[in-house]
Amino acid sequence: MKTRLTLNQKAGLLSLGLFALILLVWYLATLPDAKVAAANVDPEYAALMGGGAASSASSFPTPVAMAQTVWERLSDPFYDNGPNDKGIGIQLAYSLARVLGGFFLAAAVAIPLGFAIGNSRVFYQAINPYVQLLKPISPLAWMPLALYTIKDASASAIFVIFICSLWPMLINTAHGVANVRRDWLDVARTLEVNPLRKAFRVILPAAAPTILTGMRISMGIAWLVIVAAEMLVGGTGIGYFVWNEWNNLSITNVLFAILMIGVVGMALDSIFGVLSKRVAYQE
Amino acid sequence: MSAIPPFLQVENLARAYPSPTGGEAITVFDHVNFHIHKGEFVCVTGHSGCGKSTILNILAGLDAATTGNVFMDGREVAGPSLDRGVIFQSHALMPWLTVLENVSFAVKSRWASWSKQKVRDHAMRYIELVGLMGAEHKKPSQLSGGMKQRVGIARAFSIEPKMLLMDEPFGALDALTRGVIQDELLKICAETQQTVFMITHDVDEAILLSDKIMLMSNGPHARIAEIVNNTLPRPRERSAIHKQPHYYPIRNHLVDFLVSRSKQFGALRDAPDAPSSPTVFDPADLLVPEPPVVHTPPVGKPHIHLVNA
Ligand SMILES: Nc1ncnc2c1ncn2[C@@H]1O[C@H](COP(=O)(O)OP(=O)(O)OP(=O)(O)O)[C@@H](O)[C@H]1O
Ligand SMILES: [Mg+2]
Repeated sequence: MKTRLTLNQKAGLLSLGLFALILLVWYLATLPDAKVAAANVDPEYAALMGGGAASSASSFPTPVAMAQTVWERLSDPFYDNGPNDKGIGIQLAYSLARVLGGFFLAAAVAIPLGFAIGNSRVFYQAINPYVQLLKPISPLAWMPLALYTIKDASASAIFVIFICSLWPMLINTAHGVANVRRDWLDVARTLEVNPLRKAFRVILPAAAPTILTGMRISMGIAWLVIVAAEMLVGGTGIGYFVWNEWNNLSITNVLFAILMIGVVGMALDSIFGVLSKRVAYQE
Repeated sequence: MSAIPPFLQVENLARAYPSPTGGEAITVFDHVNFHIHKGEFVCVTGHSGCGKSTILNILAGLDAATTGNVFMDGREVAGPSLDRGVIFQSHALMPWLTVLENVSFAVKSRWASWSKQKVRDHAMRYIELVGLMGAEHKKPSQLSGGMKQRVGIARAFSIEPKMLLMDEPFGALDALTRGVIQDELLKICAETQQTVFMITHDVDEAILLSDKIMLMSNGPHARIAEIVNNTLPRPRERSAIHKQPHYYPIRNHLVDFLVSRSKQFGALRDAPDAPSSPTVFDPADLLVPEPPVVHTPPVGKPHIHLVNA
């Protein structure tokens, strides 16, 4: 008798297979044949080229070495040995704090403003040119201005996150609010529902899926931007960590950081996935 | 009967929309005059696009007339009010709320000071009235079309409005479900003495439910051309109503209007002194198949249902 696999099982198997394939390619690509080659080279030349390049930290790590690093770093995520040597947990916490700070500030501005724009044609048309002009600006372009006016590196990073999170939330909120079904608004009108109750009990739930999509996009962009912002402002955070490890020529640590950025980004996104499901409704 | 001032009075109502090409405004209907007494059930029918929904929206206060006035209970209608419950064609339930929450939302809007328990009990009473006991915790997406429409009815009745406005409430339902809900509506209206203004395309539905049937001519410049007093005795039974002597004369008169006479009123538009009050027919007039009844639709065909063309 043939056993039939469910769709999830098939996909899971394929994922595992791909993972094995990646590991295999990685393993083969980092086989220590470099050492063999290096042996034929004049040792003096090798020393010139960076102190026995084959064994140094700057070479691309093997999967085993990588796994070791991951294990070591994750088993002690919160140590703090001064400005240039902090655990990955601390660095991620700095980045997350900036992202969440900028993101929630942006939400506090974008959602009420989006409500107002979505509710009024006049307001919409008045604000729209500004939004269209400011939206395509790379958030990092604001950095010098932020550093100049705020004069604080960390606050400037938060400001950059604020700016980049603002637009998707603003546009989606306005769009969601403007497209609430006429019928529901008419129901609210015939029931003489007061404006505040209408906003919270009719418009907000009706527009919530669109608003949440905007928040999800914003969060995704914020997490992309924080790495670049922290590379610029330095000091703390996962972006700084990546840059610092690159300066140390520790490709292993850079790779590890990349992996962590991906994991945290995925976690943030899945939180919004859960929230989206919660406010979704089926017409 | 004419001694009592009518509960709802509509005077010289007209609605024009700006022309899409920028020319002269398009008058959908004008010179619309009618009245409704307390406890009366009035049906309106007419061809698609003649302006029935527009009139209903003006009565509801959701739309404004270009000219003319609507008075209810001696006061001019200016904007929506809890005194007029509306049952929307598309049921307009909020999909993120359960049945009970949808009805409670309306009850809470009407009586803001009521306790949670009181709101809930009141809402449940109306959910029970429309036969939805047991489905109160379902979301609208989990209900059939007929059940959704019943929630809409429960919601409209629950605020105990002075008048109920219904825009083709059963248009989207199959004949069987429609019949069941019509019976329920008859029962509820008899119990509550509700004043109702209802749009329908279904001639049989109009005869079954109404006290008065208003017929609208085709637009533009549509108006209420005829009013038929439906004096068939109550309580009415769907299965026995066609045995009433006046049933077929009324039905033939209505069908004939929709098939041929509704268009002829177009000729009156241009007449400057076009009649601004409709011709009123009583079933007794119709018994003699003399003036209007030109062609008789085949007797015994159970349903002629004129849907939107
Ligand atoms: N916003 C609008 N702008 C321009 N014309 C409109 C607008 N709304 C309605 N109309 C016109 O008004 C007329 C009447 O519309 P209404 O919806 O009242 O018709 P109706 O009698 O309810 O038709 P149906 O039986 O199909 O529901 C239509 O001819 C329509 O084209
Ligand atoms: Mg209509």
